[in-house]
Amino acid sequence: MDIVKFLPAGDSAITVEFGREISKELNKKVHALNIIIKERDISGIIETVPTFRSLLVYYNSLILDYDDIIKILKEMMDKIETISLPPPKIIELPVLYGGEEGPDLDYVAQYHNISSEDVIKIHTATNYLIYCLGFTPGFPIMGGLSPDIATPRLKTPRTVLPANSVGIGGNQTGAYPIESPGGWQIIGRMPIKLFDPDRENPILLSAGMYVRFFSINHEEYNSIKAQVEQGTYEYKMNDMEV
Amino acid sequence: MGILIHNGGFLSTIQDAGIIGHQQYGVSICGAIDKRSFNIANILVDNAENEAAIEITILGPSIEFNKSNVIAITGADLSPMINGEPIQMYRAILVNMGDVLSFGAPKTGCRSYISFSGGIGVKPFLGSSSTYIRAKLGGFNGRKLDKGDIISFKAPNTNVKNINKRQTDKEDFGDTKRIIRVVMGPQEDYFTESGIHTFLNTTYKVSNMFDRMGCRLEGEVIEHITDGNIVSDGIPLGAIQVPSNGVPIILLADRQSVGGYTKIAAICTVDLPFIAQAKAGDEFMFKSISVQEAIKLLRDEREALDALRVELDKDYFAAKPYNFKVSVDGRQFEVLVEELGQ
Repeated sequence: MDIVKFLPAGDSAITVEFGREISKELNKKVHALNIIIKERDISGIIETVPTFRSLLVYYNSLILDYDDIIKILKEMMDKIETISLPPPKIIELPVLYGGEEGPDLDYVAQYHNISSEDVIKIHTATNYLIYCLGFTPGFPIMGGLSPDIATPRLKTPRTVLPANSVGIGGNQTGAYPIESPGGWQIIGRMPIKLFDPDRENPILLSAGMYVRFFSINHEEYNSIKAQVEQGTYEYKMNDMEV
Repeated sequence: MGILIHNGGFLSTIQDAGIIGHQQYGVSICGAIDKRSFNIANILVDNAENEAAIEITILGPSIEFNKSNVIAITGADLSPMINGEPIQMYRAILVNMGDVLSFGAPKTGCRSYISFSGGIGVKPFLGSSSTYIRAKLGGFNGRKLDKGDIISFKAPNTNVKNINKRQTDKEDFGDTKRIIRVVMGPQEDYFTESGIHTFLNTTYKVSNMFDRMGCRLEGEVIEHITDGNIVSDGIPLGAIQVPSNGVPIILLADRQSVGGYTKIAAICTVDLPFIAQAKAGDEFMFKSISVQEAIKLLRDEREALDALRVELDKDYFAAKPYNFKVSVDGRQFEVLVEELGQ
């Protein structure tokens, strides 16, 4: 059983470490603590960063001593087993696979000696857990990619990838919320915006959410894109049945 | 009305305290890297401490004022001038419409702050005026300032209280060899005893690779027990990451919120300005202190900043008003003359 550790990360943050591996159970605890902190809304806790297996808690050390923040966090930890976590949300994201939008789809298929349709079938068959967001605004770091389509990164990363490109990098899958350089195998693109600075919630995804991709064609892509521009697109988000 | 950029300098960006509360979504904090100099610049012009300012780097910009205002310049000494004449740093300075603020040879330090009384206006991103360069968001169109850019003043004030007395000691960033205080961890236990000893007893040099995201050091390799990889977790400001190659990197304002390399220690908040002011070739030696000691230093600094504001805002009274009896055309008047606190 992993013992929780409270580790100072400088003089203004504490890492609450639940363990050192990637597991859904550890991740649930991270989210449980995060929820308790948000609910308690303690003045002096500035923000938190939930990751795979730890929670980084930034605190205002002008008003909270180190001992104070540790005490607060330990008290919250006592509640962790008893709080009932809300069911995680699952969001379904539309993807136009292959062609210009997914230039590496065929390579991934060939790499595994299967057809491109099979790659799509496998990619869309899993509910991926978002362990955390990081690297760029809204970039989902997800688990659960089938080894049947896991493919090594490009030897030479592309200098520019269009926003909302969907890809595979090693045994990870995800999507790029903003235009950026990238070394992943790009298998498709989404007409929705993972990140939109003008939207009320600029970032669509959050850690603890599940993502499921579904395949669309060119017409649907254009139609959804237009709806997104008009602000009328309704994202398919539901409580997950666990 | 405000300023027109004639030349953007090396890297001039609008920054404030940073984009707070969104690291959980992968949004970097950004913001002024040398917070102390940034705060002092604002206090000198009677602004809220975290009002947006311009952070300049090594080679400063050339800025024309098309409206008068009061400014202050703190941090590195990059030879600030108005209309070609050197001006004093760490004091409130009245700049007139038509004046040009420019910078000459960088003398000490790396980053300097220009504050403007009443602040400057940009479209906020997630509540902040800071520039998130990597994401091309925030600040002035998500980028460094360039020729032709126009930035408006929010509430220019040439009548700042006690303007002639609004000055304070210049912080000297000329020391190119420093002891930097750190709090050990959170992955201290990934390093061998020998590795920790190396870290705390070696002089590290700043390499050519430093920017707003981080500062790569050169020096003796730090030994891990296994390697420098961890399951990615949160990265605090000033964290010292040591990847498997054993060479430390200090992470700064534009760092990513999460990362997968071991962090041996994090720099104390009060010593971060020295990292912000460091240039290639500068040398550091790290000294471990406890969290409690680091927090005490932080609080002492806060007290000093608060005291500075109180000092600058104090009311100046004449010793006594002058009392005159004046006779005009045979009539007697009593006149009271009071010296104003200017």
